[in-house]
Amino acid sequence: MKHTEMDTNKTVGKPISRLEGKLKVTGTAKYAAEYDVDNLLYGYVVNSTITKGKILSIDVSKAMALPGVTEVLSHKNRTKLAWFDLQYTDMDAPPGTVFKPFYDENILYNGQPIALVVAENFEMARYAATQITFEYSEEPFQTCLDNNLHSSRVAKKGFATALKPPPPPPTGDFEKAYQNATIKVETEYRHGTEHHNPIELFATTTVYEGDGKLTIYDKTQGTINNQLYVANIFGLKYKNVRVLAPFVGGGFGSGLRPQYQLFLCVMAALHLKRNVRVVLDRKQMFSFSHRPPTVQNLRFATDTDGKLTAMNHLSKSETSSFEDYFEPIASWSHRLYPASNTLFEQELVPLDVYTPMDMRAPGGSTALHAIECTMDELAYKLDMDPLELRLINYTEMDPSAEKPYTSKALKACYLEAAEKFGWEKRTPKPRSMERGNKLVGYGMATGIWDAFQFPSRVEAMITADGKMILNNAVTDIGTGTFTVMTQIAADELGLPMDDVDFRYGDSKKPFSMFQGGSAMTSSTGVAIVVAAKELRKKLLKKAKEMTDSPFKKVEDNEVTFKNGTIALNQNPNVTVSFKEIIAFNKGKTIKTTNMGKPHLLKLKKYSMATHSASFVEVEVDKDLGTVTVTRAVTAVAAGKIINPKTAKSQIYGSMVWGISKALHEETIMDEKLGKYMNTNLGEYHIPVHADIQQLDVIFAEENDEVINELGVKGVGEIGLVGMPAAISNAIYHATGKRIYKLPIHFDELL
Amino acid sequence: MNNFEYKQATDTKDAIDLLSHSPEAAFVAGGTNIIDLWKYNLTNPSSLIDINHLHENAEISMLENGKTRLGAAVKNADTAYHPLIGQKYPLLSKAILAGASAQIRNMASNGGNLLQRTRCYYFYDPDVPCNKRNPGSGCPAKAGYNRIHAILGTSEACIAVFPSDMCIALAALEATVNISGPNGERNIPFSQFHRLPGDRPDLDNTLEPGEIITSIDLPEEGFADNYSYLKLRDRHSYAFALVSVATALKLNGNIIESARIALGGVAHKPWRNVEAEEFLKNKEANAENFSAAADIILRDAKGFGYNDFKIALSRKAIIRNGLMALNPTSQLPGAQPSA
Repeated sequence: MKHTEMDTNKTVGKPISRLEGKLKVTGTAKYAAEYDVDNLLYGYVVNSTITKGKILSIDVSKAMALPGVTEVLSHKNRTKLAWFDLQYTDMDAPPGTVFKPFYDENILYNGQPIALVVAENFEMARYAATQITFEYSEEPFQTCLDNNLHSSRVAKKGFATALKPPPPPPTGDFEKAYQNATIKVETEYRHGTEHHNPIELFATTTVYEGDGKLTIYDKTQGTINNQLYVANIFGLKYKNVRVLAPFVGGGFGSGLRPQYQLFLCVMAALHLKRNVRVVLDRKQMFSFSHRPPTVQNLRFATDTDGKLTAMNHLSKSETSSFEDYFEPIASWSHRLYPASNTLFEQELVPLDVYTPMDMRAPGGSTALHAIECTMDELAYKLDMDPLELRLINYTEMDPSAEKPYTSKALKACYLEAAEKFGWEKRTPKPRSMERGNKLVGYGMATGIWDAFQFPSRVEAMITADGKMILNNAVTDIGTGTFTVMTQIAADELGLPMDDVDFRYGDSKKPFSMFQGGSAMTSSTGVAIVVAAKELRKKLLKKAKEMTDSPFKKVEDNEVTFKNGTIALNQNPNVTVSFKEIIAFNKGKTIKTTNMGKPHLLKLKKYSMATHSASFVEVEVDKDLGTVTVTRAVTAVAAGKIINPKTAKSQIYGSMVWGISKALHEETIMDEKLGKYMNTNLGEYHIPVHADIQQLDVIFAEENDEVINELGVKGVGEIGLVGMPAAISNAIYHATGKRIYKLPIHFDELL
Repeated sequence: MNNFEYKQATDTKDAIDLLSHSPEAAFVAGGTNIIDLWKYNLTNPSSLIDINHLHENAEISMLENGKTRLGAAVKNADTAYHPLIGQKYPLLSKAILAGASAQIRNMASNGGNLLQRTRCYYFYDPDVPCNKRNPGSGCPAKAGYNRIHAILGTSEACIAVFPSDMCIALAALEATVNISGPNGERNIPFSQFHRLPGDRPDLDNTLEPGEIITSIDLPEEGFADNYSYLKLRDRHSYAFALVSVATALKLNGNIIESARIALGGVAHKPWRNVEAEEFLKNKEANAENFSAAADIILRDAKGFGYNDFKIALSRKAIIRNGLMALNPTSQLPGAQPSA
């Protein structure tokens, strides 16, 4: 991890390679299922094969007779558990009754975990799982969204509502305005179920330390979230439960809530007083949370100049029978476009499935696909360039909140991406561009995503060797968090990155929220800035106490922290090194712990969002309909970019997921069986290399002096939200066919 | 996965002997399919007989009669990249390289390729009915999600498709499958190797219990001048064909002297229609005639809802691939439609 070539005072803004990259590509980085632990038992989960009903009996005799099988746990013999729902409620739990594994005989969904085989090795546990017989009584079930739209209702409210508010109340008179409008478009969009499928399987290794103490290596996006979950359910002291997740092989939202392998692994460890590991297999990765299927109805109208006058967006999406998972869908259009008559409604349809969950730009990517395709249709109705329609409806304000944005460089995104892409070469008519056997289409769309900031607490210290250590519980799910935090801290203290040791992925460290919503740089990053400021103060104060200190009468703003020293601005040759300060402090570390949090009062006057514009070229085979995304440019406005390399990688990844959502991903539910059918990566399609061609990323300059101490908004989801609509619109431009669903299959273009 | 015995066969005879002494045993070569099936609890062999070391089946060689012999133990990748195959049977090479991934092709054997099982979702889920896996239990695919299923040669019992790419080319080339068994050696014309489901969908092919594929023979005619393999699927690589077409033409000027058209992704076996191939004889190689041939091939095609599109898609694919065969350099990696 050598970065000595860098100008130590300026790492922010530089494309620094991720610090843990070598560990990952050499296989040295250890993931939750890879910790060598003595005396380990292996658990394998048995899942329900019915969709709804009750377990009447379980016969484990054949399984228990197999050599090396230690125990089969189920609701019949589970350990005593907490009674109250609240004790099962994790930090990301939606309103409702949280799912409690092995709680009783009731089957709520197909694939529900119903037993855990524990054996001396994984293979035997897996085989024994096939030797257990269950007798069920089955009940009728409903798993089809379309068949149950009539039973939709508004979502219950709860803790989660704060981050995911329901749509705002109507404005003006939508129905009247729409009736009277001459230019209008009415659309209905359908999206299927998707599963996160991070490449690392969900896994937990629980080390049974005795005396009610557990050390847990877990695949999660939130170490503290899972620590509290385990302690609450199993009645352990918080300080006795330590959850570690130093490396996470992708999350995409699936690790925002504790998944059942954690619960089962801990239960088995406590029950057997042994170290236990539980790893899910790929099929089981389809047995919990997912992106919900949705049906969206939109009606947009403009005046003859293209100015939106009326917008109606109604969304109905799936939830489980026990929790109300709500992701904002219907409210997005009004955060982008002004219109005086609006009507936004969003409802849930409870079905016999597991509770859906945040997945890759939850809500936003679903909504923006429908919104930006509807805008494209309007552009055709108006005989107007789709980009021009966006510019005509451009506003610096957030019309839904009637507040200004802290910053909004979306116009720059539009213009810079359009130029790089060569949008002006587009001939507007569908089927008007060709290349050999291919129809060529250009499409564009807008993206918007939240700029969240969560409270985060950072411990920062300077040690005897003059180096800096920082502690925070946050994970790095592959986004570059470790690298970015190290950069921020290095710059704040004027240290080379090599002298900064950012320690993370551990619930024992000071508080961080789970890692989601593109919020970590603003959350822990800001906490680092706050802690660093305090640390500088403390160092200077100590320097002043030194014998004959030249700093005795200087103010904070009269010194510079540079190369591990404090230097006088007036005479930079006058310095004191951190080492000297700590030596003077009798070798004792100087430390501080501080909270970074959003300045709610100041921010109340503003809306906050990141923006993007995606431009896409597709080729569609004239005879066979096969689609290739040949080029895509996404411009992103997300405040200050700390590390253009890791940020760009985030956006590349998001664009790939956008292609995936538009053309590939879908979990197939057989409605008669009530279960998902394509539960492996051979049949659950995500793009492969051959599907990805030229991708370009632009970061539009966006100086945000209001949003937080760093001026950052975070990147990740913002690269995805515009892509599906841009692809759909490009396909329309190529073929003249408007496909009102995702994913778009090539045979629909025949 | 149950505990099992592992044995290494030294030669073909040894392999047959080992199997005959342990009827619950299975052969393993590349293991690219059987290991999956095992982990899914769809098969539970008591012992595994490793046939990777049967040297007599490990080569590609030219025979005296002008035929070419592909050893059953030769890897798919080695076959595709073999100079003899590339030059004389480029259709086979293209088809192999359109299948699976580089890693899988490096492991998968030629013999195993013929024996891979369907990728029907319902077959792969041991907890739902499936006549192929559990005869008599029913077929939920017919009224279920059948986007990947068959349109030709289906039966009441089964609408699964055979997933190979390599075998579509082998069918078009009229290969012969050489087999050894407890009762000696025999060979089976490729068209008779795989079966239609009928009322025995549990049987994928006509191999008898205890038999082993030793090699595959290719006739002298390799159609190296005019050939094309086209594979249509939901992503550009690492996906099974929704429809694939292998076309091989012998031309005199623009007149077809003989034609072979084999379809993949549409039936329980590589699909050929001799009547359509006869029809093309002495006809001009053009879209109109390929279209007429497609009409013959698809005359009895039947969709099951989600796979209805395969009928129209097959027609267009047959026409396009016929035209691509006139200009084989138009073929793209992954057997994508020509640019």
